[in-house]
Amino acid sequence: MTAPTVSPISRRTLLKGSGGLVIGFSLAAAFRNAGLLAQEATVAPIGTPAATPSTEPGLIGTPAAQTQEDIQTRDVSGDTIDSWLSIDGQGLVTIYCGKVELGTGLWTSLTQMVVEELDVPMASATLIAGDTLLTPSQGTTAGSKSIQVAGPVLQQAAAEARMVLLTRASERLGVPMDDLQVEDGVVTALFDATKTVTYGELATDTFGMEITGDAPVKAFDTYRVVGQSIPRIDILSKLTGGEAYLHDLTVEGMVHARVVRPYVRTMDGIGATLGSLDDTAVRAMPGVIDVIQNGSFIGVVAEREEQAVRAADALQVTWAQTAPLPDLGQIYDLIREMPAEEEETVRTGDVEGAFASQTARMLEATYTQPYQAHASIGPSCSIADVRADGATIYSSSQGVYALPAAIGPIIGLAPEQVRIIYKEGPGCYGHNGADDVSADAAVLSKAVGRPVRLQWSREGEFAWEPKGPAMVMDLRGGLDNEGNIVAWDYTVFTPTHSTRPGGQPGNMLVGQQIDPPVEPATLGQTGGDRNAPNNYSIPNQRLTVHWNETPALRPSALRSLGGLANATANETFMDEMASLAGADPVEFRLRHMADPRAVEVMRRAATRAGWMARPSGPQFSGVVPAADGTVTGRGFAFARYETEFAYAAVVVDVTVNPADGTVRATRVVVGHDCGLIVNPDGLQNQIDGCVIQGLGRALKEEITFDGSAVTSLDWSTYHIMGFADIPLIEIELIDRPDQPPLGAGEPAICPMIAAVSNAIFDATGARLRNGPFTPARVLEALAAVTG
Amino acid sequence: MQSTPATALSITVNGQSHDVEATPETPLLYVLRNELGLHAAKFGCGLGQCGTCTVHQDGQPIRSCVVPVSEVAGTEITTLEGLGTADDLHPIQRAFIAEQAAQCGYCIPGMMMTGAALLQTTPEPTDAEITEAFAGNLCRCGTHTRIVRAIQRAAGNVAGTTA
Repeated sequence: MTAPTVSPISRRTLLKGSGGLVIGFSLAAAFRNAGLLAQEATVAPIGTPAATPSTEPGLIGTPAAQTQEDIQTRDVSGDTIDSWLSIDGQGLVTIYCGKVELGTGLWTSLTQMVVEELDVPMASATLIAGDTLLTPSQGTTAGSKSIQVAGPVLQQAAAEARMVLLTRASERLGVPMDDLQVEDGVVTALFDATKTVTYGELATDTFGMEITGDAPVKAFDTYRVVGQSIPRIDILSKLTGGEAYLHDLTVEGMVHARVVRPYVRTMDGIGATLGSLDDTAVRAMPGVIDVIQNGSFIGVVAEREEQAVRAADALQVTWAQTAPLPDLGQIYDLIREMPAEEEETVRTGDVEGAFASQTARMLEATYTQPYQAHASIGPSCSIADVRADGATIYSSSQGVYALPAAIGPIIGLAPEQVRIIYKEGPGCYGHNGADDVSADAAVLSKAVGRPVRLQWSREGEFAWEPKGPAMVMDLRGGLDNEGNIVAWDYTVFTPTHSTRPGGQPGNMLVGQQIDPPVEPATLGQTGGDRNAPNNYSIPNQRLTVHWNETPALRPSALRSLGGLANATANETFMDEMASLAGADPVEFRLRHMADPRAVEVMRRAATRAGWMARPSGPQFSGVVPAADGTVTGRGFAFARYETEFAYAAVVVDVTVNPADGTVRATRVVVGHDCGLIVNPDGLQNQIDGCVIQGLGRALKEEITFDGSAVTSLDWSTYHIMGFADIPLIEIELIDRPDQPPLGAGEPAICPMIAAVSNAIFDATGARLRNGPFTPARVLEALAAVTG
Repeated sequence: MQSTPATALSITVNGQSHDVEATPETPLLYVLRNELGLHAAKFGCGLGQCGTCTVHQDGQPIRSCVVPVSEVAGTEITTLEGLGTADDLHPIQRAFIAEQAAQCGYCIPGMMMTGAALLQTTPEPTDAEITEAFAGNLCRCGTHTRIVRAIQRAAGNVAGTTA
């Protein structure tokens, strides 16, 4: 029963990076000020000092006493308690956090972790995050690592703050520290209840201490707030029309903009330059302030939003294509053939030797992953106020701390002259348009000398957002005479899954379009091999990664990065190997699994689902078509996120209509172990999201393009799950309070496609290896089976 | 600088009459958000496909991103702010909060407007009726099951709960 601790070394490592962004929210303030929201529709000017600037002007969660000097001199080092926490005379706690809220409930959970350590009520805490001038950088908010990585940092800061407060209380009350207890921010002597002092009374000065890493954090079995389903602190504003989103902000003097871009993009450039621009008519349109052309970057700025929309639609623009898009029908062949950096990342035993000498039965299969979109429900938005001596930019980027260095050079400012303030947008699920739109808005604001609000169009978001890239996975496996796996050879063709700005102006779309254009920067290979290494005990293994250098569309992080595609290949192939062995797919996995946590997750999911052990396939299930001709099947899949973090096993029941190829998931059971559960209700919400988004990516989602443009530009051409598609979802949460909390926004999506594919096989005997499993692909696979 | 079209258009929103500055063909959504400061209805697609901009016209759900403001003159427009406020929540808002039916939450105001209209005509909907009513509302986070539960809670169809 060891309390989790964080070493100062690892903490400092985490804090590396620059930039940050913060947004404030407070349960107490949210409810206290809720009635004011409607009136506070105007945000103070940003960019230059206002009389009483705030972290989030006009919004809740603003420390009242903050002056411009406070902001400019605030310690954001992360090395001191004060850079993370402050307490005022009323005992109200402000948490300064480097991780932003992406709609997952993170701020609620992080606040729980801090108030737990401090022994203060949830309602006394306000969390501010993602303001590059106010909050320490904790890098990009991504990878579902915020609870896992940032949580312990904040816990440690809170534990150190509590130690300082108890030291002060001890001196003030004349009572040894060991004889003090704290409840709801009130310190009381254990043996003399008359001796009492509040945190507010003790907060006479800043903490003035470096983080030592020495203060003990609480033992998990004393937790009172962590582990509880605390309601979301951000929900009231979101559900009552408050200024919950960046999109809702209004800045004094703000004007509106739209940008016009070619619907072509590659990793090494936009793929088209400006051919011709005729803006004569547009300049005469009502409300149009300016048409901005800088190189191949085109934007219109107007007094009113609808005027900007009309003006953008009316612009006469032609593009000169420099890099045609490849034939979508040949995309997977091209992925194999394109220039790539080859890397062998796993070599265990002797794969070729095992295939040659120990293998009784061998199997080969290829799986493909289509281009898929973040498809945020609202297009990306930003408000930028760029002035000669500095800029303030509201952004929904996951990586606010990297934006000053990426945007500054584009607008002629030093990074330290650029303040980014995070404000939540629609869920992003990764690197969507939020970064690019921020740079676009900054360029337009600089051009017109006014604060500019820019929201991309729906078509723009689908066309310009970075894509979850297409991939190809080749697998070979060998079974020995006993039907156990002796060899596993995995080859993946993938581009990097991150083209985040990384502080590079050339990685912003506008940076590549302005005159002179900035070359995209190479930031290394990331994420394409995520979950390519499996967790099974297989004596001979090899993993080879071909890092594609010229993918058709700009790739970047989409929920789980390569984790979903690689888990799809691994776990579908595992099912194919189980079939080859004539084994029950769950039993087959368990026989190759040594990790007891993985075993329990799989057993719990299977038990909850009522799994009946048998080999997969209609000949074993004895399924007979229903009156309407449909058949049913059940599939299983497992993944441990990034092969080393949270565990998820899923059982998916499907109904397949062999007549028209439609597949419907009817029930999904999830077993889930992410260590300590901070907020069970929030966790279930995230798992629901993984299941539903995972089903969409299995059954519906595919970006299409022709030679010159992305063609899936709206909701009638890019299909996501609707209410009619939603299965019954049942979740088995395994709480391990003695284990560190692990990120939970992505693990459960990883096994989803494989479980659907395996269920379709169980129902029909047809293997689906190329997603999404649309009716056409299902019919094709069925035809292949029936010959 | 401000171009003020010479229109005398007036619309009624949440029981109050407002003179509209926008030109008649301007989508209602922009007027609600930018002229009246009513931010619950969101821009999602501008194509009438996703439902994030849903408001009521004489009690019926409409997509305010594709309805010209001139078309709603003489009718009663209700936005989420007209149903309930943070201080005086509408039962459907209470139900969504009770079910914690939001992830990013961007689509949820539109969901509540669709739900409130459904409950007006179908006070005790089946899940199938909810699914049908929400066919034009998209959620990308995957909050669907909670949204359905929230509608059922608001309808009083959840045992032991009142919204």
